[in-house]
Amino acid sequence: MLRSIALWLEERLNITKVFEATAGHKVPPSTNSWFYVFGSGTLICFVIQIITGICLAFVYVPSTDQAWTSLQYLNHQQFLGWFLRAVHNWGSNFMVGIMTLHLVQTFLFGAYKYPRELTWLSGCVLFLCTLGMAFTGQIMRFDQDAYWGLGIGASIMGRMPFIGADLVRVVLAGPIIAGETLSRFFTLHVFVIPGLIIAIVSMHLRLVLNKGINEYPKPGVLVNKETYVEQYEEHIHKEGVPFVPNVIGKDLIFGGCLILAICACAFYFGPAGPTGPPNPTLIRALPKPDFYFLPIFASLALLPDYMETFLLLVAPVIGIAVLFLVPFVSGTGEKSYRRRPIAVLTVLVAFLALGLLAWLGTYSPWSPKMDAWSSKPIPLEFLKGRSPLQLEGALLIQSKQCHNCHSLGGEGGMRGPALDVVATRLTRDQLIRQVIQGGGNMPAYGKNLKPAEVDALVSFMESLRPNYQPGAHDFSR
Amino acid sequence: MMVANEEKAASVSRRNLLVKAGIALNAIAGALIGIPILGFVVSGLKGRSQKDTWISLGSISQFPEGETRMAVYRNPYTRPWDGDTAQIPCWVRHIEGSKFQVFAINCTHLGCPVRWFPGSHLFMCPCHGGAFYEDGTRASGPPPRGLYEYKYKVEDGALSVMGGHLPTLADPLSSRNTPCGQPCPESPASNKGLIKIDGDSRPC
Repeated sequence: MLRSIALWLEERLNITKVFEATAGHKVPPSTNSWFYVFGSGTLICFVIQIITGICLAFVYVPSTDQAWTSLQYLNHQQFLGWFLRAVHNWGSNFMVGIMTLHLVQTFLFGAYKYPRELTWLSGCVLFLCTLGMAFTGQIMRFDQDAYWGLGIGASIMGRMPFIGADLVRVVLAGPIIAGETLSRFFTLHVFVIPGLIIAIVSMHLRLVLNKGINEYPKPGVLVNKETYVEQYEEHIHKEGVPFVPNVIGKDLIFGGCLILAICACAFYFGPAGPTGPPNPTLIRALPKPDFYFLPIFASLALLPDYMETFLLLVAPVIGIAVLFLVPFVSGTGEKSYRRRPIAVLTVLVAFLALGLLAWLGTYSPWSPKMDAWSSKPIPLEFLKGRSPLQLEGALLIQSKQCHNCHSLGGEGGMRGPALDVVATRLTRDQLIRQVIQGGGNMPAYGKNLKPAEVDALVSFMESLRPNYQPGAHDFSR
Repeated sequence: MMVANEEKAASVSRRNLLVKAGIALNAIAGALIGIPILGFVVSGLKGRSQKDTWISLGSISQFPEGETRMAVYRNPYTRPWDGDTAQIPCWVRHIEGSKFQVFAINCTHLGCPVRWFPGSHLFMCPCHGGAFYEDGTRASGPPPRGLYEYKYKVEDGALSVMGGHLPTLADPLSSRNTPCGQPCPESPASNKGLIKIDGDSRPC
């Protein structure tokens, strides 16, 4: 009976044919490898994002005056709202992470080479779309960080020559961050970019079926445009195995672990934010992006200002162009990473740089600690045995907010050098000059300090040479 | 045979006509739908023609001489669902008498909110470490110029500023060319569209 129903359906739907052309298509047996699971992993993340996103949209209100409240409602009152928000957030983190692994793997395995250039290009566009989803998603979490994040985005746009002012108004949907801004980003996050992703993923998968999946590269086997396709087809014909059921096992295991990991992170860490309400008058905000944008955040603080605008506007274009041009610059030849040291080195340097910048971004040493002057007292060891004048100077370190940028005993800002042993580096005259005139990255305090205050401050700093280390000496005297 | 060919030719030319007429019809219909859609989408650009307006910050008695305080105004281009985002803060520095400086909250580096520290007489930015002196000039860090300064006027004991848009390097506020602390003439040269890099050369 069941068999006859199945046959009836098969006669009309041709499921066997569809299966053979898609899930059951033949792949090189060498692709049955743990390195080939990241593409399907990314797709799983995307499906999770779509499902949780649709569920969140049942409750979320994309309006500037209600969005934050609806997020609080989702977190605290909606049944399992917190869990869905957390899964959506961790799903996005994992999607960016796994997609990056997929990019690196296809790069190192030479999968972008002839005849799979278009697969690579569509993948790059998908990567950019995903980053677009990540940025617009942060705006959906409409809190202080989102508000000032929009300000940062607009300020970057405002550096564009000629069209900067217009561009800002297009991005913000008006002259200032207000009602229509969030609606605009909601439309991008929920309709435009996901639509693009679905369309391009279809093309990406179609290309994988058309051109076949990249075989596990063997060192010394070179890609030649004349012979490659023929050889590949012969290889598939002779040794190819159907993707389902022969190869899908590892994808299934990885996908399952991935979903479990997302659920575990969501369950353990909970949803992200929202932080304070998006009220611009609450300026005690420390705006910071999610981790994948921390490298950009950090480089914005560290770039020399004369090249900043240029790099902000031109470097991304160059970076994307390089990514797009990879298959056209080295479309043939060696595929194996074992014989492509420059490719391996490029990946290592890129990850070192991004990792370092992200790590710096987590504690942003370039920013003053805004409340150090009132919340971080000077440790006792720096005050013991000081004269009244020196103690007055220590008080000024706090009241003049020196502590926001200079640390003492490891507490305080890291914008300027630590003051723990400052007297061994600078003489009294140099200290006075530095305080009054500023210099380097330090503002001048001349207008803001009375001579007696400078005297007290410098007297205190002169005492900062622990363990009887000799003070700095001016040898010209 | 001839008849069949003629019939075929006639039907082909009729089909051609139908295809051409169909394309033309759809082009017209597409334009009828497409042009309003395009107009709707680019209407964000209309914001360009929304000029800044005078906004009252209230009585000058709220701003003691020699001090810098935050003032909040309601963004003149509001939507009914703006909520708190329409509350725009700014820093008012009362120098003396009717001499003021009113600074935008946004750092000139990337728009983060600068905070005033009365102890050190500095504005500090939490994002990338920019700092500004009390007169708005750049003190240190990555900002390419001094703080954006509103054009202001004092009338009947009330302080008003000219505002309404998010200041950026391409479109700063409009009182940049006046010496600090001086009330602005009614229509100063706007430096819209120019990226000014020298923020420290004001005659203060």
